[in-house]
Amino acid sequence: MFEFDYTLIDWSRGQFALTAMYHWLFVPLTLGITFLIAIMETIYVRTGNPEWKKITKFWMTLFGINFAIGVATGIILEFEFGTNWSQYSWFVGDIFGAPLAIEGIMAFFMETTFIAVMFFGWNRVSKKFHLTSTWLVAIGSNLSALWILVANAWMQDPVGMKFNPDTARNEMANFWDVFLSPMAINKFLHTITSAYTLSAVFVIGISAWFLLKGRHQMLAKKSMIVASIFGLAGIFGTIGTGDGSARQVAHKQPMKFAAMEGLAKGKNGVNLTALGFVVNPDNPDDTIPGKEVVYRIEIPNMLSYMAYLNPDAFVPGVKDLINGNAEQGIPPVAEKIASGKIAIQALADYKEAQKNQNDSAALAARTLLEKHYRYFGYGYFENNEKHLIPSIPLTFYSFRIMVGLGMLFVLMFAMVLLWTFRGRMERKKFWLRLAVIAIPFAYLASMCGWIVAEVGRQPWVIQDLMPTMTGVTRIDATAVQTTFWMFVVIFTSLLIAEISIMVKQVKVGPKEEGGN
Amino acid sequence: MFANLSHYALQQYWWVIVSVLGALLVFLMFVQGGQTLIYTLARNDSDRRMLINALGRKWELTFTTLVTFGGAFFASFPLFYSTSFGGAYWVWIAILISFVIQAVAYEYRSKPANVYGRKTFETFLFLNGLLGTILIGTAVGTFFNGANFVVEFGHQGIATSYWAHPAHGLEAVLNLHNVALGLAVFFLARILGALFIHKQVESAEVASRIRKSLIRNTIPFLVFFLYFVIHLMFKDGYAYDPETGLVSMESYKYLHNILQMPLNTALLLAGVLLVLYGLFLGIFKGKETAFTFTGLGTVLTVLALFLLAGFNNTCYYPSAHDLQSSLNIRNSSSSHTTLTAMSWVSLLVPFVLAYIWYVWWSMSRKKITKEEMDTDSHVY
Repeated sequence: MFEFDYTLIDWSRGQFALTAMYHWLFVPLTLGITFLIAIMETIYVRTGNPEWKKITKFWMTLFGINFAIGVATGIILEFEFGTNWSQYSWFVGDIFGAPLAIEGIMAFFMETTFIAVMFFGWNRVSKKFHLTSTWLVAIGSNLSALWILVANAWMQDPVGMKFNPDTARNEMANFWDVFLSPMAINKFLHTITSAYTLSAVFVIGISAWFLLKGRHQMLAKKSMIVASIFGLAGIFGTIGTGDGSARQVAHKQPMKFAAMEGLAKGKNGVNLTALGFVVNPDNPDDTIPGKEVVYRIEIPNMLSYMAYLNPDAFVPGVKDLINGNAEQGIPPVAEKIASGKIAIQALADYKEAQKNQNDSAALAARTLLEKHYRYFGYGYFENNEKHLIPSIPLTFYSFRIMVGLGMLFVLMFAMVLLWTFRGRMERKKFWLRLAVIAIPFAYLASMCGWIVAEVGRQPWVIQDLMPTMTGVTRIDATAVQTTFWMFVVIFTSLLIAEISIMVKQVKVGPKEEGGN
Repeated sequence: MFANLSHYALQQYWWVIVSVLGALLVFLMFVQGGQTLIYTLARNDSDRRMLINALGRKWELTFTTLVTFGGAFFASFPLFYSTSFGGAYWVWIAILISFVIQAVAYEYRSKPANVYGRKTFETFLFLNGLLGTILIGTAVGTFFNGANFVVEFGHQGIATSYWAHPAHGLEAVLNLHNVALGLAVFFLARILGALFIHKQVESAEVASRIRKSLIRNTIPFLVFFLYFVIHLMFKDGYAYDPETGLVSMESYKYLHNILQMPLNTALLLAGVLLVLYGLFLGIFKGKETAFTFTGLGTVLTVLALFLLAGFNNTCYYPSAHDLQSSLNIRNSSSSHTTLTAMSWVSLLVPFVLAYIWYVWWSMSRKKITKEEMDTDSHVY
């Protein structure tokens, strides 16, 4: 029925993924280290001990290097909704634009105004004003995360809006429903706590390197105490909200949940797979291209409990969601596709009736559209189930890498805290080396989380309402290919400079305080 | 409070807010203008360093204003956002890239092991100053001269827009009137940059070059700005009928707007006079307050130009390709609910401006000196 330019779609997705992942390389550190810096500076102001000022300034320098490139990648991300996803922006701009604007007004200005004080105000403003500014930078950056995650959550669970056939777009019906959606709150808390975890791993890792080299021991140990307490709070927050997140996904995005678990066929009392391998199914008659998981290490009934707080609950698998499961009241996808096609046709009929000033036909079309709007996006699919299932291996493995590394960080923070308190951290070479090696793995875990969230929700750019393929801007694929490679070159070149500068600054170490 | 206002009143309110943000952005592009002067005004490393650090403490403000301008435009007039950014692809990509390279340039410029060397990052600053100002100015020129897009219902069953020119926005530079605005913005940014540096940097050598720089940029600025305004008064504009929404060409549309919106015209005149007064103070008296006057004048002038583009039943984003696709504040805005919710948020704006002003005042009371550059812990 509809023609799609899949080259354009794939490159547009690629470009967005590229930008988002580059941006996310820098954001979590900003979200967490700003709080760590604020805590350290608070200790300095409270105690007046210049050692803490030195510590604060050292981490501030590293933060500054990270922040600049985070800003650079962020601006592209914000405008890409317009440049590359203009149909999306048209269809839902009435709701999606608001959080982005609020992010600017409420968060970005706070962050950028006070960051100038934080970096350059040591000798220009009072101690208290400076400290307040540092806290405001941390609060501002976390507020910006709040609003962009409200926007993201809304794509995963579109609430608080109504489709207006006159403007042919979704319009906001209730701001609070959008802002306070449980999906949004959970996503925000899960994301920021995971960012605190990453920041703690970063600070501990660099401190551990100092201890291994026998340099800046005081700075390293003090930083480790603050960071490991902060990290423990962060990781427990991440685990708690992750649990809530899983429940949200099970309810709102069952296909993503099935993909995360590699659950081909649903049943009651499903075990949670701790580990396993995704393979193609043996049975060639299988019409569902869903993958199967073998060599599972499982925790009995845990998945049912996680999803529904009931160890015997039914969790639908990929096949149930595609073929339907009458017993469980799950409609087959073919039914949703048919319903979606009726909705799309009804919208066209409504427009036509309006043009001809045929009020009764318009009303009939409108009523039909409202009845079927819930599955509007399914109308773009033909009966080809393959397109309705996200990549199972990518989602399945990413989820396990994220969770596994999270568990490791719990242990690491606890051990670091224990040995630092006992004053023996510098002798625990194993844990010191592990802490250094952990830095890239914190980034990996964080990236994997977003892969689960974003790959797992495919093919939807707005759950059930707009498939990714109808969201793209109508431009030549070659234009997007060109900008994709431009961004690859620019971002990678800047990343190389960033890492080089960062490594150099770590090697240089903290500056001795002179005069101020 | 806001919920009781008519949709049109909210649309007007939001056009004013977007215009204020646009006006502040043009003023704050003194940072960009200043970036193109780092070699002209400073001839040694020490001066250049002070100059870059003076600008470097403000660059994020400009950057954030740009991002917020985009965000506010998205929230209040989403159809513009999706039509222009998606359609005029190459112009916006070029603008964005010029800001991407700026964002890292200050922080990485003087850091050891920055891989590409100091000159590269200074070149980034220069390119951002050159392209950012000219292209943003040119893009705003299309608010008066039109762009090549079509808005239609039916593609893939929904409403969308597409661009009807293969250059995807870059064709705007073929229109002299657009480019005149771009160059006017560029030279104005340089004037403001020079005035800011004069106010903020303590160096006799730099100060001695300010006057010459001001004169050299004022002349082309006046030429391009006057050409832009005079041509605007004589050109046809895109008017719409508020009842039917039909768009038609109207001779002397902007001249009519000038005559029919006396308050706005007063604003425009006040803005232009303040800019000129600031220039007079800067060139003939060497006064540091020149920055304040020219800056304030810039805000008022740009604000008035935006209002001229969008009020009085004028299409602020006309389509030269398909007249009826033209966007105006009525047909491109968000819903009443969204504009109401956003209007509550807009009450934060004065508060935000107040703390920005307070921080600016606290941080910039003292000039940047060579001594500070040598001793401060965080220096670009």
